[in-house]
Order: sequence, then structure tokens, then C-alpha cells
Amino acid sequence: MSLEALIVSLLYDAIRAGTPLLFGTLGEIYTERSGVLNLGVEGMMIMGAVTGFGLTLATGNVWLGILCAAIIGGLLALMHAFMSITLQANQVVSGLALTMFGLGMSGLLGKAYVGIPLPCPLRSISIPVLSTIPILGPLLFQHDQLIYLSIVLVPLLWLTLFKTRVGINIRSVGENPATADALGVNVYQVRYFCVFLGGFLAGLGGAYLSVAYRPAWTEGMTAGIGWIVIALTIFSMWSPGRALIGAYLFGGVEALQYRLQPLGISPNLLAMLPYAFAIVVLLAGTQETIRKRMGAPSALGIPYIRGEK
Amino acid sequence: MRMKGIVKRFPGVIANDHIDFDVKTGEIHALLGENGAGKTTLMNVLYGIYRPDEGEIYVRGKRTAIKSPKDAIELGMGMVHQHFMLVYPHTVSENIALGLSSSRFFFPVQEVEKGVAELSGKYGLKVDPKAKIWQLSVGEQQRVEIIKALYRGAQVLILDEPTSVLTPSEITDLFDVLRRIAKEGCSIVFITHKLDEVMEISDRITVLRHGKVVATVEPYKTSKRELARMMVGREVLFRLKKKPVERGEVVLEVRALHALNDRGLPAIKGVSFIASEGEILGIAGVAGNGQRELVEVITGLRKATEGSISIRGHDVTNCSPQNIIDKGVAHIPEERIRVGLVPNMSVAENLILKKYRYPPFSDKLFLKIAFIGQETEKLISEYNIITPSKENPAKLLSGGNIQRLILARELSEKPCLIVAAHPTYGLDVGATEYIRSLLLKQREMGAAILLVSEDLEEIMSLSNRIAVMFEGEIMGIVSAERAEIEEIGLMMAGAKRMTAAGEGSP
Amino acid sequence: MRPRLEIERRLGTSRRIMLLASILSIALALLMIALVFWGYGVDPIYAYEKIFVGSFGSIFGLSDTIAKAIPLMLCGVGLAVAFKALVWNVGAEGQLLMGAIAATGVALYVFPNSPALVVIPSMFAAGFLSGAFWGLIPSILKAKLRANEVITTLMMNYIASNLVNYLVYGPWKGLKEWGFPYTDKFPLSAWLPLLPLGTGRIHYPTLILALTLAVLTYVLVMRTKLGYEIRVMGENPDAARYAGMSYFKTAMLVMLISGGLAGLAGVGEVAGNPSHHRLRYPQGISPGYGFIAIIVAWLGRLHPLAIIPSSLLFGGLLVGGDAIQVSLDLPFAAIGIFNGVILFFVLSAELLMRYRVTFKWRREG
Repeated sequence: MSLEALIVSLLYDAIRAGTPLLFGTLGEIYTERSGVLNLGVEGMMIMGAVTGFGLTLATGNVWLGILCAAIIGGLLALMHAFMSITLQANQVVSGLALTMFGLGMSGLLGKAYVGIPLPCPLRSISIPVLSTIPILGPLLFQHDQLIYLSIVLVPLLWLTLFKTRVGINIRSVGENPATADALGVNVYQVRYFCVFLGGFLAGLGGAYLSVAYRPAWTEGMTAGIGWIVIALTIFSMWSPGRALIGAYLFGGVEALQYRLQPLGISPNLLAMLPYAFAIVVLLAGTQETIRKRMGAPSALGIPYIRGEK
Repeated sequence: MRMKGIVKRFPGVIANDHIDFDVKTGEIHALLGENGAGKTTLMNVLYGIYRPDEGEIYVRGKRTAIKSPKDAIELGMGMVHQHFMLVYPHTVSENIALGLSSSRFFFPVQEVEKGVAELSGKYGLKVDPKAKIWQLSVGEQQRVEIIKALYRGAQVLILDEPTSVLTPSEITDLFDVLRRIAKEGCSIVFITHKLDEVMEISDRITVLRHGKVVATVEPYKTSKRELARMMVGREVLFRLKKKPVERGEVVLEVRALHALNDRGLPAIKGVSFIASEGEILGIAGVAGNGQRELVEVITGLRKATEGSISIRGHDVTNCSPQNIIDKGVAHIPEERIRVGLVPNMSVAENLILKKYRYPPFSDKLFLKIAFIGQETEKLISEYNIITPSKENPAKLLSGGNIQRLILARELSEKPCLIVAAHPTYGLDVGATEYIRSLLLKQREMGAAILLVSEDLEEIMSLSNRIAVMFEGEIMGIVSAERAEIEEIGLMMAGAKRMTAAGEGSP
Repeated sequence: MRPRLEIERRLGTSRRIMLLASILSIALALLMIALVFWGYGVDPIYAYEKIFVGSFGSIFGLSDTIAKAIPLMLCGVGLAVAFKALVWNVGAEGQLLMGAIAATGVALYVFPNSPALVVIPSMFAAGFLSGAFWGLIPSILKAKLRANEVITTLMMNYIASNLVNYLVYGPWKGLKEWGFPYTDKFPLSAWLPLLPLGTGRIHYPTLILALTLAVLTYVLVMRTKLGYEIRVMGENPDAARYAGMSYFKTAMLVMLISGGLAGLAGVGEVAGNPSHHRLRYPQGISPGYGFIAIIVAWLGRLHPLAIIPSSLLFGGLLVGGDAIQVSLDLPFAAIGIFNGVILFFVLSAELLMRYRVTFKWRREG
């Protein structure tokens, strides 16, 4: 294979591999921007994966499966929302509980699906005309609809967050909920919405794994992607634009991992790469937020109680 | 607007006790009282932050129930809180657009900017809509808060202690703005504890004391003396007795100190001064001019970028807080509960917060619980800390008792330098007097005291020398006896600077 | 006048309330899980009978329960210390595996021919140090570079897991096992002695260590200077800094202890568990002890002594999980549902502890 083709193929796989990360990160950005920390991304994603697979298998309609996966993700997120916002429980532990629950539930539900191939997965499409452009064509215009959806979401979510009234409300709730409350913004409503959105998108990301990327179901198939999303959220400085870069960067590492295997390096050592890279990404992101003095939303992880000093 | 028979209770205290309060169109009505009299609580009820236990509220003759700030805003209330309710990383326009359901969905900021410019011009509130809040001065931030309320059509504007963060010239500007607003028909409720201002600006004054209305008067019918008496209930002593004490050796020497604030901007720009045994050096100045950072650098909680600090000749620049504590430095923090206390731990455990490392409070590994218990009992009685038991969690103590606890902890080890930041802020008169007398006693025992306070009167009555800070620099150091309030006011506003200020002069 | 439900903040929490809340949360969790079983077509009473009678009803079950409680206790106590200081160590699993790796190394390669008196203490020491080291790295990253320790400890889990895989498929692959991801069996001197009770799976040195360390940790937290620093840092980090406490020092020590204890658990699993006596693929060593220990610690309200019964409860659940896997053909992962639900209810119970619901007569207005 020519060098050019190698690179194109690597980048192509990077985009595919990065898409679940992108969905998850976009969702977690909204959640954290409103001030709630949701560590249950892993649980929501894997439930999205099993739901997407199962429903697609049962109904033969992949989009129905994807939609249900997203809704299930959102519903799970609502559990965390209830614990964190209404009951004001410790958000770290609640998120962990959600992950345990999601991992367990998906194992239970997915038992019947192990080893079964999906007859109607989401396939890549070729956009006419544009996909014939040399290099850029096969790289950018031969993906499946979910990938395009994820890419379209980036500017959409960015616009909403930074240039609309709703976005101002969300960001203010995450920075200073008391101020938002004093101006009549319903802090609880905003947070519930953002947490739900986070779960919805995580479910989408998980579904992508099981109906498009593999497509198949195995227990624990998310393999820690949900945790990498948390690192990426910091790296992206809570901005959808940077989330795109981070997700595809990670996708690249994942894709690289497979390409290095035939070189004789133990697959187990290579499997460590994404996680080690996540730590590096976290460090880089943390340093940058310190340098730019633009940290996490100030109220992140702190439950809001009206009238408390 | 009229409030009738408002009652609001909190656990253990009646904050508002059957209060009647009304405001006429276009009037400036001052709500006067000490800290803890119930003024802020009453306005919080009006603004929907608290629900009253009893009582009624009428707006333009109609009875209303205000269940949340949203209701209050719809009824035409606007409030500028003492601690601004602003989102600091956002721009002015974003802050004003927050929660505005009437604005456009897309790009509301541009629409708001136009409205802001209008209001700015109309009332003389100059502010840059595109600036981020953290970049603005405190006075400018206050203007944003006022515009925020006016933008929403406020017809009753409530200001809670608005002048506590302003320089004298900014205060004059604010009063001009308020008069213009009132002329347009908007009513203003002005919460304060400062008698001068009340006499200058208000059309009517309502005095609160211990949650009850004492009287509602017009300023020309009363005097400052009478108002003070109504506020406190007895004759107020405006100057404490200070014993003359010999000034001893230099304890603290700060030279050419530079440091940055949390935003990375210079907060301290070349500050130098000394403090000696037996003297109180007051640091005057409007909050936000570097005093907080200065306190933090001296106590080791913030890094100095240049310059040096030495205590009794030892260089302690950028040493750890631990080291500085070991050198005999006591720190009475500005934020009592957030920094100076571990609320969920017991009184006893809080008292050993700085001493636990040393025998006889502990040996190599273990804490000596019995000894700690004894010492705690001693300190509780010595400093009059009211608590049912020494094992009670500290968060249950009242504000005054919390400060007594902190003082007991900090002063019992005979420190050589005491850094006291706003030590009497928010306390009632009894606690305030007690704490001031404690500080004077420490001074008699030979400690050097650095007193940071916004209460100019406190500084003038307690200090031997006064240093005025403005924008990170010391404008001048004057002797307290010879100081004149206009001079200090000018220095606080940056309008005057003294050359080679009274350093070392007796 | 009408009655209203008022929710006031409780001023203090008594021990009684905490115990009541813990019991209530478990009861509710079991109820909810019964519903899940029922929804899945399984008779919940049958399932629960299998689980509880199996785990606690006989000497055989009880001994298995205690054996499974040992690593939970060790990890749980370590996590309690970390969480008390607000250091969120989610990496106990990885620290456990590193302890297992260290023990394996000592048993097979460092002291393969030495007597038990040398090997066994060396394994424990190596395991402790190895787990402590694994826990130290994220704490340094947090203290010096402000890196979120939840992510770093979690990522280190995956790295450790892959390291185990690498070793058992690669350089440490057992010469006598064809293609199986195991190392050779440890020499007999490295086998931890077992209590001849029930199924005979209780490796009592580790049990004694666990119980002793639980008590010692309690003493540490409540009575020593370090314990005081840990508690202050956990309650109010600003005040801790103001008091001169070094976050760096305390966080590091806390992670050393936490990681080390988890490492000890790893040693026990690999050298004590009679089905093992070797290093295997990660899930074969630990079915998620490090994660379950989080719930164990939280249910025990981070109190080292309360963690002892808490670990027994979850040990029993694990044994039950084995039982239902066999008899009801449910995947083992279903235990995750148990864990998640219990944790949710424990968290909700905390709310009960913080607030008091009372009836009040209120005047209109």
C-alpha cells in the first residue's frame, strides 16, 4: 500500500473509532457545563450498545434501535440526575453506581446476543460526487449517517452553548447557580435537561459501537471508553469544537494500535496505549486550563440548595 | 409597595418580628440597622428568596404572594446584593441576558447590548457590554448589577450595603445615579449601617433593631446621634481606650513585594512596610485592592513573585504555611467558616487545628486526647465560647462564638505577629467590642498586629499607624493620631500618594 | 390553616439513624432486585434463598463467604481512608492486580526455592509495596499536576489488567500449561496456609492481616496526627491548607496506604486462594473486588470497623452470585446490578440522614 493510502486508511479508521468518543464527550460537556459531574458514561454507553443491538435485531430497523439506545441512555442519566440534583447525593459515587448498574444490566440483557451477527447493521454510504475527490473523498465522504450526525452536532451544539439564550442559562447555572436562580432560571430544570442530553448522546455513542463500528455484541465491549470520555471532556475545555479534535485524536491511537500489532509487539502492551494516552491527554488538558485560568465550570459537582450560604 | 406584619424565623432566632415597611413611588427609603438586625432578611423576603412565616405583601395596592425571585422580578423588584450575583467568567451582556425570557433565542447578546447602551446613557452608568466581569472594577461591577435590574423594568430597586465596596468618590457618583433613577419614578430601598450616607441620600429612614422596627423617620427630623441610639439601644462609644505602649523591635518586614491574583494579574505591586512589637498597623482600603492577596502572601497561602518577607529577621518569603505558623504567626482569616473552621468537627478538634503537631498535644504518632480536652475546657471558659459541650460540632456555634473560637485558637500561643483580616465583620456590637479589646490586649503583651479592615472607623480607632492600599500599592502610611479622614479617603481612591511616607516616625 | 410536609435539615446524625438508614437501604435494594429477577422470569424467593442460604446458611457457604470477604475487607478499609480524605481512589482493582503480580514474581522468580518463612512475608511485603506504588503515581499526578484522580486511577486499572495479560500470555506463561493464560503453580512454600473449616478456602494469614489492619486503620484515623490531618482535609481542604497541612504529603500517604492494602488483597488472592496458587488472567484473579470494595466502604460509612460486617455481606453476595450463575443460568455480570442498586439506595439513605421530614401546620401565605 502506498504511504498515502496508509495514512488515509489510518485517518478514516480514526474517525470511525473516535465517533463513540465524540458522542459521549459532547453529551458530557453539556452535563458538566450545567454543573453536574456524571461518571456513569461507561454504564450509559454500554446500555446504549446492548439496547441498540437488541432492538435492531428484534425489529430489523437499525434506526429504531439507535433511537431506543439513546432514550435508554437518557433514562439512565435521569437516575443519576435524580440522585445528584434532587437528592444531592455525592456525584462521584452516584456516577460509579450508575456505571456498575449499567455494566451489570447490559451483561444480563446481552447474554442472548453474544456471538449473533447483526443482519442489518448501519453501513457506510458514499456521498455522490464528493466521494470521488482524490484523498479527501474516501476519507471524509464515505462514512455512515451516524458519523455525519456526530459531525453536524459539533457546530450545532457549539452555537447553542455559546450563542443562544439557552446556552447562557446553561453556562451560568454551571458557574453560579445562585445567580441564575435569583434571575428566575430554574436551575433544577436546566440541570435535568443537560444530564438527560448527556445520557442521550452517550447512548447514541454506545449504539454506534454495536450496530455500526463492530457490529456485534460482547459483554463489556465499551472497554473503558466511557472513562476516556471524562478525560476528553477536560481536554476539550468544555467546548464542542475541541471535543472533535480530541475524539479523533483518540480514534487515531486506537487505529494505530491495530496497525502496530503485526509488527510483533504484544497486543496486550499495545492495548495499554489508549489508557496511557488518556492520562497524557488529561495532564495536557489540566495544564492548559490552569495556564489559561479557564477551568471547569465553577459549580461542577456541587449540589445547589437555594438559600444556603 | 407595602409589607405588613412580616415574620420570618430561623432555627433559634426571629429574624423579622412583625415588621411593617412601605415604599412610596420615586422615594429613596433607607433601611438602617446593625449587622444582624434583619434588614437583608426582610429584603430577601421581598425578593422571593425567603418565604415569610407570617405577614402580607402588597404591590400597588394588590395583595401578592412572592414565591421566588422570578415572581419578584415580574412584580418590578430588582435587587443588588451585597455580594454581587454575577457570573464572573461571562461578559456584561451575557450576565444581563441571563434568564431573560423576553429576549431573542438566537444571539440575544447583541440585542441586550443595545438596551445596555440606552440605560447607560440615561442614568450615567458607564460600562462596556463586551467586557468580562472579572476584568471590571468593583464599582463597575455594581453598575452592571444596577443595569441588570433596570433592564428588567425594576420599579423598586433594593441595594444591600452598596457603599461598602466603593471609594468616597465612587459613592458620590452612585448617589447621583440613584437620584436620577428615583426622579424617573423608580423607588429605591437602601440598606446600610452607615449614618452619614443615610442622612445624605434618603427621603425616609426606617431603623431596625433585633428584627423589629424601631421607628420610621425623615432625616431632617432626626440626628445621627439619635439614629445611632435607635440602632443600638444605648449610647455608642465611638472610640475605644487605647493604652500607650512602647514600640519594640521590628517583627514583620515586607520589602518590594509583588504577587499575582487568581486571574494572573498583578495584585501587589511593590509593597514595603514594617510592623513592630506593640503596634497595630492598620491596612485601610476598599476591598479588592490587594489586601486579600497581601494577607495570603504573608501567611504563606500565596506565592510572591518578587520581594521579600521576614519575621524577626528570618526570611520567610514563599515558605509553607506550616513554617510561617511555626515562626509564631497567627492568622485570623477573612472567611471564618470557609477557611478558619472545620464545621463538622468538634469544638475541641477545631481548637487544635494548628497546635496538634506539637507536644503536649501529641507525641510522635498519637493525639493526646485527655490533654486536648483539658486545654479546650480552659480556652472555652477563658474566651467565653458558648457551646453546650466541647464535643459539639463547630458549625452549630453562632457567628460571634465562632470568631471567639478562632481567636482562642490563634491567640493562646502568644504569637509574635497577628494577621487579622476583617475580624469583626458581620458581628454584633458585643462581640465586636470583645474582639477589639482582645487585639488591644495582645498589643500590650508585645505582639505586632496587622489589621485589615474595610471599617475605616475601626482602623482609625485601633491602629497606631495606618497604611492605605490602592490597586496593589501602598499610597501612604500615616500615624493614626494625626490622620485625617479626607486624606485617607483620597489615598483610598488613588488620588493622593505620600512620598517616603511616615516610615519609622514615632 | 393546612398541613404541610416540611423538610428541615437535621442538625446532627446519631449512630442509630445511620444504622437504620443502612439497613433500610439494603432492604429496599433487595426489594428492587427482586423485581428485576421477577421481570426476568426468575422466582425471586427461590433466587434469594439460593443466595442467602447458600452463603450464610451452612459452614461451607460461610467459609466461602469469609474467603471472599478478605479482599473486600482489605480493599474496603484502604478505600475508606482514601475517601475520607476526599481522594477518590477508583483504582483499587489495578492496585490489587499489581500486588498479585508482585507476589507471583517473588514466588516464582525471586525466592522459588526458599522456605515458607521467607517467601510468605516477602510476598506480602512486595505486594504491599507494589500496590502502594501503583496508588502513589496517581496521587503524585494529582498533587503536582492537579490531574483528576478518578480518571488516573481508573486508567491505571486498565493498564494493570493489560500488564497481567501480557505477563501470563508472554514472559510468565506457565511451562506446564499449554496456551492457557496462567503462570506455573507456585511452589508449595508460597501457598498460604488454609483454615480447615468448611470448604477450606480461608487463607487465614490474610484474614488476620485484614482484621488487624481494619482495627489499626481505625486507630490511625481517629487517634493519630495523620488521621487528624486526613479528616480535616476531607472535611474542609481550605482550612487544612490554612492550618499548614500539606495536601501533597497527606494525599500521598493516603494513597500509599490505600494502594498497599489493595496490593495485600492481591497477594491473598494469588497465593492463598486454593483454586489459584498462580497468576491468571485478570478476571480470574478478581471478579471486581476493587470496585465492589467501593460499595463496601460506602455502606460502612467509611468507618474501618463497620467495613468488616459490610465486607461479609458483599462476600455473601458474591458467593450467591456463583450459586445463581450455576442454578439459574444468569451471567455473573448480573452481580453488577446488585451492586449498582445497593449503592443507589445507600446514597438515597444518606439523604434521609441529612434531612428530617415533619408535619407542620402552616398559616396560609
